[in-house]
Order: sequence, then structure tokens, then C-alpha cells
Amino acid sequence: MSIFKRNSFDISQPALLAEQLSAGYPGNRFALSDINLSIGGGERVAVIGPNGAGKSTLFKAIVGTLQFTHGHISIHGVDCYSSHIYVGYVPQQSEIDWKFPASVFDVVMMGRSRHIGWFRWPSKRDRAIVNGTLDHLSLGDLANRQISELSGGQRRRVFIARALAQDARVLLLDEPFAGVDQTAEKEIIDTLVTLTNQGITILLSTHHMHNDALQFDKVLILRRTILAYGAPNEVLTAQNLRAAYGTSTPVLHHGADQLTFGVDQHRDS
Amino acid sequence: MDIISLLSEPLSYAFIQRGMQALILVGGISAVVGCFVVVRGMSFFGDALSHAILPGVALSYTASGGYVASNLFLGGLGAGIVSALVIAWLTRNEELKEDSAIAIVFVTMFALGIAIVSTQASYSADLTHILFGSILGISESDLLMVAAMGAAVLLVILLLYKELLIVSFDLTLAHSLRLPVERLRILLLLLIAVTIVASLQAVGIALMLALLITPAATARLLVKRLHHMIVIASLIGVFSGVVGFYASYYLDIPSGACIVLTLSAIFGVAILGQSTWARLRDGE
Repeated sequence: MSIFKRNSFDISQPALLAEQLSAGYPGNRFALSDINLSIGGGERVAVIGPNGAGKSTLFKAIVGTLQFTHGHISIHGVDCYSSHIYVGYVPQQSEIDWKFPASVFDVVMMGRSRHIGWFRWPSKRDRAIVNGTLDHLSLGDLANRQISELSGGQRRRVFIARALAQDARVLLLDEPFAGVDQTAEKEIIDTLVTLTNQGITILLSTHHMHNDALQFDKVLILRRTILAYGAPNEVLTAQNLRAAYGTSTPVLHHGADQLTFGVDQHRDS
Repeated sequence: MDIISLLSEPLSYAFIQRGMQALILVGGISAVVGCFVVVRGMSFFGDALSHAILPGVALSYTASGGYVASNLFLGGLGAGIVSALVIAWLTRNEELKEDSAIAIVFVTMFALGIAIVSTQASYSADLTHILFGSILGISESDLLMVAAMGAAVLLVILLLYKELLIVSFDLTLAHSLRLPVERLRILLLLLIAVTIVASLQAVGIALMLALLITPAATARLLVKRLHHMIVIASLIGVFSGVVGFYASYYLDIPSGACIVLTLSAIFGVAILGQSTWARLRDGE
């Protein structure tokens, strides 16, 4: 066995470990505070909470976009600021300029950037990896499409493909189901199932979890800090949801063998 | 007169040859840099920066005793770089809206430039040269300078293309990959500044924006990937340089105006052609 190195990738370490994390923006330096969280490799975690609860802030801190105020995050034992290869991020749709002159291939190739290195252009191998990733996610036929010519589900899957091409071990998806129809939602879920089969850890923020195909291992209820974290049937209680959402309490459905809920996005503010 | 002699006649003079070479160079280089300006929505920055170089140009001009010559580059480049850095600094944490910061720097520098030029006796003629370009006054060393600046700009873009693409398309990815986002942004501003200064003599300050924006915007209508856009835009830029040159020679109109009108005509054809094609396709 190799000598233990503090900052080396170690698959036996938690996929995501956050300790006493506080993060925020100028003017709201503690949008998130005192987050303690450990997620194992290959787990699927849903992050829920009202708008402004800090879901995007949490993701931005993990991905390293946001300097955090206090605390520590590591990805499979690697400090968050040196873990850029291992964390993939699927942004909210509004963050992307879909008219940008880039094809599906171009966007997925962006994920190879750090593997390619400075001052270089993609090699044959990088092109093969990108094409392989697109085929793997059944996006091969769309490789030459301009990104504005894609459906909502395809758009998310292209960014998931980019994270795969990047060799990300942890994938963060910010509201992947917002504004997509049920067919698209099914497509995205199928893609995510493919990823978890490869042992990739998934964190996704969502307003509704009524999909039965993607079983979440854990649910994290967030409102500036972690209100509850654990198995869905333990965490998704009326009491916890009321604590998170306040007056605009989401509807809780007790299905045949699973618990689901939906939030009207326009009611909470 | 047959077509060959029509095309070759102007080229019998060395200074006119240089003018044509300069127009081809700046047409191509501005178009390449302009693609980044267009996809990032920085048109206003491009316009502002081309005006903001005036005090630098005016200073070197005054220093040389009212003679439009090579050292214009130096002054222009200085003013361009200073303006780009001041704008980058003012907008570093979004407390001041970018367009406001740009506008303030732009008008301040332009006013300063006018104040400096006005100290010269031949004020209005000089200002005309600076504003609208004087391509036939370009010397051998000017041309070399333009070529060197152009080569530097193209080399930087070639080496950092994928990083510039990511920073232009998806800032979150850029941050998450730990790219030096702020330095890349400043680099792009500097590339624009150098391009503008290189194009100064050919088209002048007032029409500079067209060289940056129009070829790129035209190419954007025709193709869907950034590197294709860059190739098409530079072809349009070079072609307009050639056409503009002959039009200027035979119609006795300033070269800057001729290039810009050529560019606009190509843009007009492209946008009409594209919307007609879209209508035909959707009508099927």
C-alpha cells in the first residue's frame, strides 16, 4: 500500500465530505452555515429546500466557484480546491447562453480541457473519448447539433456527458428537472442511472421528487443549514418539510411503496 | 481598361501596395478577435476602447510635432492597455455595472484626447486623420508593426483557444476547472486593445467597431461553431479589405468608409439570404 498522502485521490474516502462549512456571497456571507455532511461513493442524494435555502450556494462551494467563509470540503480525500477534475457540474438552464456558437461535441470537449493541458489542442484520443461518451449516453447522433437545437432533456444530458468526459467522480445537478416535460425527465433519470452504475456519486437539487425510476439513497433538506439528512422515508416527514418550507408546505403523497412530494415553485419566494 | 489592369494598376506604387497589405491584415485580425467580442456581447466595450485610445494617439502625435506616423502605435497601445485595465479593475466585483464603467472611461479618455489634439494648430485636419484613418500614409515600419501585432494576437488565440472558449461560454465550468478566469478576461481585453491599435491607421477610430463586429456577426449567421465562425469571419474581413481598397482607390473615398460599407453589404446579403432560406425551409 502506498504511503497515505493527505491530498491524493482515494476511492475509499467519502465521495464528498463537508466539515463545518459556511459559505455565502458579499452581503450574505452566511447563506449557508455549519454544514456537516458525508456522502459515500456511488450514492444518489437529493437536495431539497425552498428557494434561497442555499442549494446553489452549496453546489458552488463544492464545485469551487465560491470561496467559502469557513470550513472544509474534500472529494474522495482531495481538498475541494484541487479536486477540479473530479467534480462535474450541470448548471441551471438560465446560466447558459444557448445561442452560443458551440456544437454538442464542442461542449463535451470542454470537459477535457484540463486533461489536454495548457497551450494544446485536443488529441485524437480526446476526440475518441468525447465521441465514446456521446455514444455511451445515446447522444452520438446529436454531436454536430448546435446546442440551441436541443430539447430540454438533451441539454441536461449534454452537460452530464461533459462531466463524464471530464472523468468526474461526483456530479452536481442544479435543478435538472426544472421546466422539462415527463419524457425529458425520464431521459435524464435513465442517464443518471447509467452514471450511478459506474459508481459516480450524484447530488441533485430539485423541487419535486415524484420519479420512481431514480431511487435516491438519501435526501438532504436544506434551509441555510442541514435540517435533516438521511434515507428518504426517514427524512421526508410532514414535520421536516414544514420546517423547511414554512407556510408553503409541499404536498406529501404516500404512494404504494414510496413517499413523494411536490412543491409549487411559484408559491414560495 | 481590362479587369487585370484595373486590379493591378493601383499596385504599381509601393505606398499603395502597403496600404492594401495593411487593410488585408487588419481586416483578418480584427475579424478573429471580433468573434470573441460578438459571442461575449462586448460590442460596447470594443467601441469604447477604440475611442479611448485617442489621448495616447494624440500625445504621440503632438510629441512628434503634428506628424501622423509610426509612434502613434506606441501612444495608442499605451492608452488602450491603460483603459482596458482600468475597465477591468472597475468591473472586477460587479459593484459598478460594466456598461457604466466602460462609458465613463470611454468619454473621459476621448475628451482628454480631443483636449490634447486641440492644442495643435492643424487641429481639424489631424483629427480627421485619426478619426477616419489615412491608409496611404502607412510606412514600411508601420506595416511591419501591424503584422507583428497581428501575429502576436493570433498566436495567443491559437494557444489559448480552448480556455478562451470556456471562459466565454461557461464561467462556472471555468471556475470549477480552476482556470485563471480574471486573467483570461484581462488578456482578452488586451487582445482587443492591441487589435484596435493595429487597425488604427487603416480605418481610424470612428469606424473601428465595424471591423470587429460586422464580420463576426455575419459569420455567426452562417455557421454554428466558434472556430468555424472565426475562419469565416476572417475570410470576410480579408475580402472586405481587398474590395474596400479598390473602391477607395477608384471612387476616391476614405479606405475606412469603403471597408465598412463592404462589410455592411456582405452582412445585409447574409441576413437576407439566411431569413429567405429559413422561410423556404419552413415553408416546405
